[in-house]
Formats: sequence, structure tokens, C-alpha cells
Amino acid sequence: MKSINQNGHRDVLPDFRNLGVILRVVLIVLALSGVLALAQAGSWQAVLPRFLELSAPVQPVLVLSILALSGLSGWLRSLEYWAGIVLVVLIELLVASVVYRFGEQFFGGDATSQLERYWLFIVVATGLILYYFHLRNRALSPALTEARLQALQARIRPHFLFNSLNAVLSLIRVEPKRAETALEDMADLFRVLMADNRNLSTLAREVELTRQYLSLEELRLGPRLSVEWHTENMPAEALIPPLVLQPLVENAVYHGIEPRSQPGVISINVYKVREEIHLVLRNPYRQDGDHHAGNKMALANIRERLALHFDAEASLKSSITEEAYQVHIVIPYRKEAR
Amino acid sequence: MNRHAQALRIAIADDEAPARSRIRDLLEDCATSFALEIVGEAANGCALIELLQHTPADVALLDIRMPEMDGIEAAQHMRKLEDAPSVIFTTAYDAYALKAFELHAVDYLVKPIRLRRLHDALSRVRSLTPLSLEVLQSLTPEPRRHLSVQERGRVLLVPIDQVLFLRAELKYVTICTAEREYLLEESLTRLEQEFRDKFVRVHRSYLVSRGHVESFERGAEGGSESAWTVKLRGLEERLPVSRRQQHVIKEFARI
Repeated sequence: MKSINQNGHRDVLPDFRNLGVILRVVLIVLALSGVLALAQAGSWQAVLPRFLELSAPVQPVLVLSILALSGLSGWLRSLEYWAGIVLVVLIELLVASVVYRFGEQFFGGDATSQLERYWLFIVVATGLILYYFHLRNRALSPALTEARLQALQARIRPHFLFNSLNAVLSLIRVEPKRAETALEDMADLFRVLMADNRNLSTLAREVELTRQYLSLEELRLGPRLSVEWHTENMPAEALIPPLVLQPLVENAVYHGIEPRSQPGVISINVYKVREEIHLVLRNPYRQDGDHHAGNKMALANIRERLALHFDAEASLKSSITEEAYQVHIVIPYRKEAR
Repeated sequence: MNRHAQALRIAIADDEAPARSRIRDLLEDCATSFALEIVGEAANGCALIELLQHTPADVALLDIRMPEMDGIEAAQHMRKLEDAPSVIFTTAYDAYALKAFELHAVDYLVKPIRLRRLHDALSRVRSLTPLSLEVLQSLTPEPRRHLSVQERGRVLLVPIDQVLFLRAELKYVTICTAEREYLLEESLTRLEQEFRDKFVRVHRSYLVSRGHVESFERGAEGGSESAWTVKLRGLEERLPVSRRQQHVIKEFARI
């Protein structure tokens, strides 16, 4: 999966493997059961028992559907949209029938045409859920998402650009070789900044880019900046939106290193735990530092881009511990589909 | 006035070593067409003021964004020097300052600096009128990080974080730190506005450092028994809290 909207402009079923989608399905079904319980119960006291009673036949269907749909998600999404919908409804009816067959005792023996009514509920619920995702897909339509992604694309600080150019100029007369390397690093950095950054990049590329950026900053700041990399347990091929790490490191330099005369350390830790990639960034923090409005904006920008790519499966947290400022990003582990 | 015939004495302040070396290169290029001399370099505003105390200069090329003390604050304190240099600001990019420079026609150079522009600025420098305090203060939204006082021909810098309280006298303000007191020629009202985040007014003539407030006590010393006083960390003496400012105590109680 390259990006959330790889399929361009046509309608598409939601990706049932995505945690955010699963969460939304569960919430909608629970809400529907709740409303039903509210409608059927004779008094307030009866709502909860009724809700639990309804849940007994609903939950197994819910769990089995999610398993089935997430297993078939790739295939379903490759079909025509309408065919996918018909199949999803059929799968739901099948699951419902199976559950009904093996769990008849939950439904009470006396009811007539119990299965038909059960089916009807399932069809209505499935329809509502698919309609919700259809609307949501519209709201996040490719054009709109792309516009948002473009607007959100990380921008480098002009402050950095001009200071770096100045530093390179200072090298040309005395150390032309170093000046050359610095200009090459700058060219690479700007190539990425100006590229179409809507598709996912790899961790290896993102780390390489950040290293090039830091070598330019080291040129400028000299011994004031030192960097500790911990990337031994980093899966190089994992996918990540481009320009997630570099802007964070740029922030760390701007707010954590530049306002200090004494040397400071930025530590960057990238590792994988189970099916998640963690990026942890730490820099020195000064209580009375210049206001962090710019920093908050950069964090909000990255947070939103992570959400557009990974929905609820990614998170970004920032915290202040004693003398350090820390940003911790978690994204799901995805590899290039080949 | 005869110093005009001599070489122009230049001091450089920039926190980035390559930026200082770039200016040195450019000044060497300038030196072919007029007499100049680099008298010293500094990595921040405090170091520059220290340098200028014993090595006077005619011009300071002053970077804006520096640690410890930025260029705009340094320019404010430098006005108190016996032989204050003219100031030319240098900056890579600072949207706020650039706008203010244009507004007040302040001389500045953008980095990377062009030889031509540096040359022009230096040849104009002797006709420059010194920048007023008001203009300098309008160049930045940030409060100063130091207060400066003149004592026996020197400029002393008092870091604002070390100040326990400020007391209004007849014509002066007394700055009190844990070590000693200094006299400052500024108004308490102005200081209150500038350091709103760090200081709070507890009395008509007292601003106390918020970070140093230890406790408020009632009727500890003589006077009327209902009078409140404030105890500051690092200070034996209790300072009075006036009836009008008692709401401050509640503000602290909430934290």
C-alpha cells in the first residue's frame, strides 16, 4: 500500500486491515445495538440488560466478519466497487447464518422468522457502515487529500537555507573540498524537499536525508552540536512518509542547540518492536526558551500527515523530561509491496 | 574627531564560526579600498560587550540571533558604553526584525553578505545617527535577558534570572540579587510591562521575581497585624504586599 489514495479517483472499499477502520466498524455496530436497545427497552433500567442481550448474537458476527473481511481485504479492494459491496453483504449474511446455526440457543426458541429479522439487521448495519465509509472517502477525496498533503509538506526554514549558504561561502577559499561536499548535501536535501512527497519513502532514505541535513548543521555549529544515532535495530526497508524525521531534527537544532552556547546532544533512536516502528528524538530543553509556536506547528503538521497515511495506527507524542525535550513517533511496520 | 582619518575599527559578533570567518574574508577584500582594522570577535552579545569594555570599536557588525544575548539586546546595552560603536545588524533571515528594520530605516545586511553592500554600509557608517532605545526595543518582541547598569565607567550586565526584586526609588530603580544591589535608570512601570512573565507587582514600589517567591506571610513584622509580606528564596528580608495587590497572593495559591 503506497498511500491511502493509491487508487486514484474511483470509489473504493475501506481497507479492513487498518486499525482505524476496524475501530470505526466496532463503534458503529455498538452504537446501532445501543440505539436498538434504547428503542426496545420498556424503561431506563431495562436498556443495559437489553443491550447485553442484543450483543450476544451481534458480537460473534462482528468478530468473525472483521476476521473474514481483513483476510479478504486485498482481494475485495481489487474488485469493482459495486461487486465488492455485494460480496461484503453476502459474506455478512453467510457469517450471520453460520452464527445463527451454531448459536440458536441465544436467540430464544419461541421466535418465528428470527433468522430473517436477523438478516435484515445485518444488511442494514452493513449498508450503514459501507455508506459511512463511502462518505468519509468522499470527504477525504484524492484531490482534497493531495491538496492537504501538499500544503502540509514540510518546509525548510529560510533561516537554515541562508545560514548554510553563508557557511559554504566561508569554506570556498580555505577548504574547497568541504564546500563541495556541503553543496552536494544541500542539493540532495532540496531535491527531496521539492519532490512530490505524497508517496511513502523508506526509513533508510529518511535517515540518510537527516544525516545529510545534520552534516550541514555541523558545518555551521561546529562543536556545539553533537548527534547520537541509534539505528542498529532499524528495519531499513520500512515505509514512512518522507520528511518526518528531518523536520523534527531541524526543530531540535533550532530550539535545543542554537539558543545555547554550551555543546548539546541530539539523540535519535529508531527501532522496531513487534509490528511497530518507533522513532524517539531527544534534545536539550531550556525552560525560558523562545516561544515554541513554530515547534507546535511543525508537530501538528507531522501528526496530520501521519494520520492521512496511517489513520489511527500512528501516533506522535511530545514530552518534557527534566532537561530534555522528547518526541516519540510510532507508526505501523509496512514494507514495499512487491 | 581626528580618529576619522585613522582606520575604521570593527568588531564582529556572530555565534557561528564560519559566518565570522566569512565576514573577515569580506573585510579583507574591503581593506583594499579603505583603511579598516578588525579589533575583535565575539560569539554572543555578552562577549561583545565584554570585548568593547577594553577594546573600543567604531562599528559593530552584529548578528541578531545568538545564544545568551541576541544582537538587538546587545545594541541596547552597548549604548551605555563610554565609546559606543555604531551598529550594523546582520541576519540570515528573521521576518520580524527585517520588517522592523525597514520601518525604522535601520542599517542591516542580509547573509550571505555581498561585498558591495558591506562596502557601502561601512562607508556610510560615520554619518549614522545612533539608534534610539525606542527603536531598538521595537525591533524585537522578546524581553531582554539582562539588565545593564553603568558603574565607574563600566557597563555591568545583570542576568534577569538572578534578580530577586526591583524596587522603585525616587529617580532610580534598585535591582537586588542575592549578592548585591545595583542602580538602574529606568521606570518600574516600563520594567513591569517588559517582564510581565517573570515579575509580579506586589506593592507600588516592588516587583518581585515570580520564580523566587517562597511564601506569603501575614503580620510577621511590626506594623499593622493584618499586613501581608512576601518571602523570597535567597533573601532574609520580607517585602511588603500592599492591600491593593493582595489578589496576587490568590493567584499564587492556585498554582
